[in-house]
Amino acid sequence: MVVERRQRDAASASPRLKAAVRDLSFYYDRQRALSDVALPIREHRVTALIGPSGCGKTTLLRCFNRMHDLYPGNRCTGELRLYPDDIDLLSRDVDPIAVRMRIAMVFQKPNPFPRSVYENVAYGLRVRGMRSRVVLDERVEQALRSAALWDEVKDRLDAPGASLSGGQQQRLCIARALATDPEMVLFDEPTAALDPVATSNIEQLISELRSTVTIVIVTHNMQQAARVSDDTAYMYLGRVVEFGTTDEIFIRPRMKQTEDYITGRFG
Amino acid sequence: MTVVRTWHARRRARERLLESLLMLAALVSVAVTVAIVYVLVAESMAFFDSVGFAEFVADSQWTPLFEDAHYGIGVLLSATLTCTAVALAVALPVGGWIAIYLSEFASPAIRDIAKPLLELLGAVPTIVYGYFALMFVTPLLRYLIPGLPGFNLLSAGIVMGIMIIPYVSSLSEDAMRAVPMALREASCAMGASRLQTALGVVVPSAAAGIASACVLAVSRAMGETMIVAIAAGSQARLGYDPTESAATLTSYIVQVALGDVDQGGIAYRTVFVAGLALMLLTLTMNVASHVLRQRFLRASVR
Repeated sequence: MVVERRQRDAASASPRLKAAVRDLSFYYDRQRALSDVALPIREHRVTALIGPSGCGKTTLLRCFNRMHDLYPGNRCTGELRLYPDDIDLLSRDVDPIAVRMRIAMVFQKPNPFPRSVYENVAYGLRVRGMRSRVVLDERVEQALRSAALWDEVKDRLDAPGASLSGGQQQRLCIARALATDPEMVLFDEPTAALDPVATSNIEQLISELRSTVTIVIVTHNMQQAARVSDDTAYMYLGRVVEFGTTDEIFIRPRMKQTEDYITGRFG
Repeated sequence: MTVVRTWHARRRARERLLESLLMLAALVSVAVTVAIVYVLVAESMAFFDSVGFAEFVADSQWTPLFEDAHYGIGVLLSATLTCTAVALAVALPVGGWIAIYLSEFASPAIRDIAKPLLELLGAVPTIVYGYFALMFVTPLLRYLIPGLPGFNLLSAGIVMGIMIIPYVSSLSEDAMRAVPMALREASCAMGASRLQTALGVVVPSAAAGIASACVLAVSRAMGETMIVAIAAGSQARLGYDPTESAATLTSYIVQVALGDVDQGGIAYRTVFVAGLALMLLTLTMNVASHVLRQRFLRASVR
């Protein structure tokens, strides 16, 4: 498996950047949550953020779609560049809504809207002012197929989203995120609330999605990071301690601390 | 030994006495409710001895005090419903928007000031509202709608709507604030604006609470007496035109209760029939709201 992985990495060693975090520091009021973070995000790759609780990985993830703007009292310095257009996502001049239109997010707990399965997926399209029933039908089906949910729900598109099982709800949330053709999808511990079968479905889905979108995933589960990601950043106390391809991080980490965390001796 | 025993016995007796006093206090409120219902029903039965139920439901006139007496409750009901509809047409949009603003947009500092101020609206004595309707709103409306009578349901309904705004806004806001932050985040993460999130996700999620707030406001409006007694007029008239003057269930009761009608006569009993009708109406509203709420709750179960 490791050999396969190496080959895949070698074949796919395209270093094209989708995004780059530079000197990012983040503060909740006075308290510093991220310190001088630097991180490249490769296009069409899965980047995993790992580290013990409170290390800032979710805070970093939520910078990508400006979720922090929803709450007062936050402050950040540094840059988060998005390519190819090379804009700073964190800039005051950039509209957070425009950012979220391009970068979707899947949350820790499945959070379908109190609407039908169909309307959940169509939500982002409707927000963007799309009205044509034909286009909506097509995009909803496409998104549900991409999220490997179509076959299970095609006969009950009008059922409430909350009537699905937990794993299905999470795939519904993934379909919702995919429906608007985002360039990046952020996953915040997407399987934390799911059973092992549903977890493995979601992991497989994430691996497949890589061909069309760039993915950043926060996970507590080291095996998960090893299974689904191409690159891994190990974070501790608001800093990126080590970043590299997932194989490097998991097989021959450079830092003693990373190794301790990965082997379970710490964290 | 005996000292201890008597001490225990005394204490037990004292506790039992206190217990029964508390029980009595609780029973009094139940007893009063039962007594009210009993009086309403008993007097109404006596009323129906002399007036047929069919006439009561179907007659298009309500003239118990006239020589040619008619007893069509629909007349009073139409005025009550019209007035309530006007009140709801005012309170639902205004109260709803206030709730959305307070829950989704206002800073905590503004909310802390605005909420108690709004609730003051509910603390204004209804007699003040009544004169506000008659002396301020009606002249204003007559300026806008030429030919509007001095007493009319529109003015009373609008002021009644203002009175129930805090009921709608306060309870709706509570319901909206109870919507989990995760749903708002999900909506915002899809690129929705705050207003889109409020209307598209928060309001539907809080629908049960908003509906029950409205029903509470409606039953409050139906029972409101002073405003209609002062501003809506006393002519019993069948119809749903708010620009007319008309007597509602409550204003009729006031009118008769203040007048010199023989106790025990049929005209006197109409007061109880109107009261019973009003009570049934609010009861129906409450049951309907309960059913509605259950249905919403079941739909939103995760």
